[in-house]
Amino acid sequence: MADATATLRVFRGDAETGKAVDYEVPLTPGMVVLDAIHSIQANQSPDLAVRWNCKAAKCGSCSAEVNGRPKLMCKTRMDSLPPDQPITVFPIKTFPVIKDLVTDVSWNYEVNKKIPAFKPKPNAEWKMYQRDVDRGQEFRKCIECFLCQNVCHVLRDHDKKQDFGGPRFFVRTAALEMHPLDSRNRIPLLREQLGIGYCNITKCCTEVCPEDIHITDNAIIPLKERVVDQFYDPLTMIVRKIFPAK
Amino acid sequence: MADSSTLKGLTRFGSTQRRDAWWIENLPFIIVFGGFLAYATWRAIENNYFWVAPYLSPFYSPLIDPHHHWWPFSPAFLILGGPGGFRITCYYYRKAYYRAAFAHPLGCAVSEGHRGYSGERKFPLILQNVHRYFFYVVTIILAFLWYDTVVAFNFNGHFGIGVGTIVMLVDVILLTTYSLSCHSLRHLVGGKLDCFSCTTFGKPRHAAWRGVTILNEHHMFWAWVSMISVGLTDLYIRLVASGAIRDIRLL
Ligand code: SF4
Ligand code: SF4
Ligand code: FES
Ligand code: FES
Repeated sequence: MADATATLRVFRGDAETGKAVDYEVPLTPGMVVLDAIHSIQANQSPDLAVRWNCKAAKCGSCSAEVNGRPKLMCKTRMDSLPPDQPITVFPIKTFPVIKDLVTDVSWNYEVNKKIPAFKPKPNAEWKMYQRDVDRGQEFRKCIECFLCQNVCHVLRDHDKKQDFGGPRFFVRTAALEMHPLDSRNRIPLLREQLGIGYCNITKCCTEVCPEDIHITDNAIIPLKERVVDQFYDPLTMIVRKIFPAK
Repeated sequence: MADSSTLKGLTRFGSTQRRDAWWIENLPFIIVFGGFLAYATWRAIENNYFWVAPYLSPFYSPLIDPHHHWWPFSPAFLILGGPGGFRITCYYYRKAYYRAAFAHPLGCAVSEGHRGYSGERKFPLILQNVHRYFFYVVTIILAFLWYDTVVAFNFNGHFGIGVGTIVMLVDVILLTTYSLSCHSLRHLVGGKLDCFSCTTFGKPRHAAWRGVTILNEHHMFWAWVSMISVGLTDLYIRLVASGAIRDIRLL
């Protein structure tokens, strides 16, 4: 074990001229991919750019594509990867590369600004029961790693950044929409500016979420059903006309 | 092979850096769902061997105008649109066929290449939004299937149980569970509420929502087993009705 090594094939450079470069890294017990990247930085290539903060799968900074799969580098153990081939470590594909493994994810913060914040109901009684906040608590686990945004084919392959908010922001909108004390209606926003209709519920976002948020089943599909209520279902539309929502 | 050492090498259709057998996931669906579609279509056209006392095939229930007074074709076509549309617009089946048949996407982090895409925003896919109406239709059909199952205990006016009775009972239970695990039902019984504690009947609705949620977590499983069971139930009744096998009386 002492002199076992692994080969990392790390993307270096920018989007135009960047290329993968191989590094041989000594393995240590319990090592994660981020450790291996740090080892390259410390011993072989001090100018290797990587973004990280917590090394505890909680800050959401170290997202990358390890052997082609969107992962947190600090949560991906080296011994979970096949040792016989070079391990590829690439920047997340959906966002522009700044350098090496670092991408510019600022588009996400712009989307976030489109979502109106929590606004309490008038005369809200500030008392909440667990059964009313269970759903929101799942969504509050999000660490904004943007792995879901990265893997979503609507952004990744079709580049609908103008018209589509992406799974992370459906999670955020769901948390607000299902909030027991919130008074706003963000369903028209979801349908128009956030383009929830582009999502075809193929669940890649759910598959990669390191927080195990059931993004598709618990956020997106319930929101799609609410869009149906307000825009496509004649029966609920009539009922809403007669009994306006409280 | 695309050049996977640069970023630009990864944009062609089907290119990926993934090394696992990601494409395998689509195969069971293509084979079983494709087989089911072919079998169900053939059986609907066949217009024969769907009834052998006291069993009625679920593909032909409710049985409408079997003697062709006004409907010249197979009576199966009058009703198959209900369960068929229910499954075609089901959130699970959508996921499965968008991946396996439309390749949007073939697999996660597998490139789709540069093809047009409008999701479920335009005709015809915008019609997926009617899923809950298929749920209503299928609920009516389920009532008939339960009635058929009760009839399957009646052998010439006497209570009895045959292998066919068990087959039909298991089938109707699985079909009902599939319906009860539906995402639209989950929304309608309680998911649409923001605050269970502030609504009239909020507590029972929360309980109902919890119950549907527990089933809904395995919606794909119920979709599969109920599809296989309804196919096999029809096959069993066809084999008995055509005389290929004999139904065994258990009681
Ligand atoms: S389920 Fe929807 S949001 Fe999630 S990855 Fe698929 S298309 Fe994107
Ligand atoms: S929902 Fe999950 S995958 Fe998406 S940003 Fe949040 S933690 Fe990351
Ligand atoms: S370094 Fe914080 S999530 Fe990986
Ligand atoms: S979502 Fe699958 S049956 Fe309704």
